[in-house]
Amino acid sequence: MQDPLDRLAAQITSGMKLAVPVNYGGVPMALTRVIIAAGVHDLHLVCVPTGGMQVDMMIGAGLVKTVETSAVSLGEAGGAPQFNAAVRAGRVAMMDATCPAIHAGLLAAQKGVPFVPIRGLMETDVLANRPDWRVINNPMADGTGDDPIVLIPAIHPDAAIFHAPMADRFGNVWIGRRRELAAMAYSSQTTLVTVERMFDGDLMADEMTAAGTLPALYVTDVAVATRGAWPLCLWDEYEGDVAEQHRYAQAARTPEGFAAYMASDVQAGAA
Amino acid sequence: MSTPATAHEILIVSIARLLRGTRHVAVGAASPIPAAGAMLARALAGTKGGPKLRLSILGSVAHNFFTNGSTELFDCAAQGRIDAFFLGGGQIDGSGNVNLVGVGDYPEGKVRWPGSFGSAFLYFQIPRVILFREEHTPRVMVEKVDFISAPGVSSEGIWRKGGPHALLTGKGLFGFDAARPGFHLKTLHSSHTLEDVTAATGFRFSHDSDTPETPPPDAATLALIRGRITEELHESYPDFAATLRNTSLPSPLKEPSS
Repeated sequence: MQDPLDRLAAQITSGMKLAVPVNYGGVPMALTRVIIAAGVHDLHLVCVPTGGMQVDMMIGAGLVKTVETSAVSLGEAGGAPQFNAAVRAGRVAMMDATCPAIHAGLLAAQKGVPFVPIRGLMETDVLANRPDWRVINNPMADGTGDDPIVLIPAIHPDAAIFHAPMADRFGNVWIGRRRELAAMAYSSQTTLVTVERMFDGDLMADEMTAAGTLPALYVTDVAVATRGAWPLCLWDEYEGDVAEQHRYAQAARTPEGFAAYMASDVQAGAA
Repeated sequence: MSTPATAHEILIVSIARLLRGTRHVAVGAASPIPAAGAMLARALAGTKGGPKLRLSILGSVAHNFFTNGSTELFDCAAQGRIDAFFLGGGQIDGSGNVNLVGVGDYPEGKVRWPGSFGSAFLYFQIPRVILFREEHTPRVMVEKVDFISAPGVSSEGIWRKGGPHALLTGKGLFGFDAARPGFHLKTLHSSHTLEDVTAATGFRFSHDSDTPETPPPDAATLALIRGRITEELHESYPDFAATLRNTSLPSPLKEPSS
């Protein structure tokens, strides 16, 4: 029988625009190891709204062509070494954003409209380096004089991937209060989810669980991956493995250290 | 006797003072000292019977009441419901501009930092933005930033209701005057001098003829930092909480009576 993580990973193909969650928001690390082992390339990552160890690993492993993000960092473990090196060397194309602009782009996709306006950003180098963003004069302004406002175009990922505590056999996924995971799913063609465990019952049948559930309508496929966010945390389910995060941060400072870490880590993931 | 306040504890109490009178303070990712200062401000507001101070700490479950995902912080700020927030900066210049992206020519510069996070939005939205950077050197405090993640001031006609309120570093505390625009040195942390701050600062700033020392926390406040605040920090910042524990020996002081 095919490994369920292989089944999910096989749905990520080269050249896709892939939405990934924030470092503490349910990162599917186990699935990411399998995607890296599968050797896809030219991915366009959309970090919702920032990236961490997962993004750093995918860049280091050569899977990524473009990074659309508000930041990439390893959190308490420091800067993202492979990301930083790849940007400096011009190996990845940067689309620097600000967090609410990423959310605005997903919101536009969720609503099926071409753009959403947001405040701020004026006279920044973030805006100056995003030719895909537009500035218009607020057509609803009631005063005299101009009121420039930035338009963020809809972001349409080919796929979204994340890790959550549980799903039921109908394909409903419990995401609790992490509503940006729903926003990722609404805006993406395909949504692939790993979970800690299967829920015995129907998450939609009880109002208490239904309110925090992403309905199967938006979910393409689900696989169980116990401790699937390790070494990152999964909300209040388990804490991050700080020692392991530091071990990665240290190793990933050099190409050799990164390669050695990934070789041992992929084996651990496959065990 | 307890050991005297450490440099970190002076920063934490300085942040708590800057947050006096606020009702809702948000703390971004990777900000242990601002988180500690905000937790102290909340604890002090509670003991003094003043208005309740709410905190939203990104990445925390226990100290975060958002239920609409990571977009809610920005929506909340846009609704005017956040009074204060913190920004760091790989570079900060004399006009209050912040650079969180990197050094040199963008994008393939000499140094790359994580990125702008929410700064390009929140600096425009939140009335009391506290610039916090422990490292106070000419490479951080520059005359002009290499990349503007978020501008200190905006041209006339640009919508803006927030901006810099103060700059707190490992050497001192500055206020910000948007009209000039520029910083004014208000206090120097223990053992630092005007000469030493001037030498470490790449931008010009104003100061009085005699700049006072940043007051240390009183005994009850120090006990609060070493007790309750360190405990509260552990969930989001286990490493930093451990550092606080290790640098301040256990204090025999009693918990402050409420």
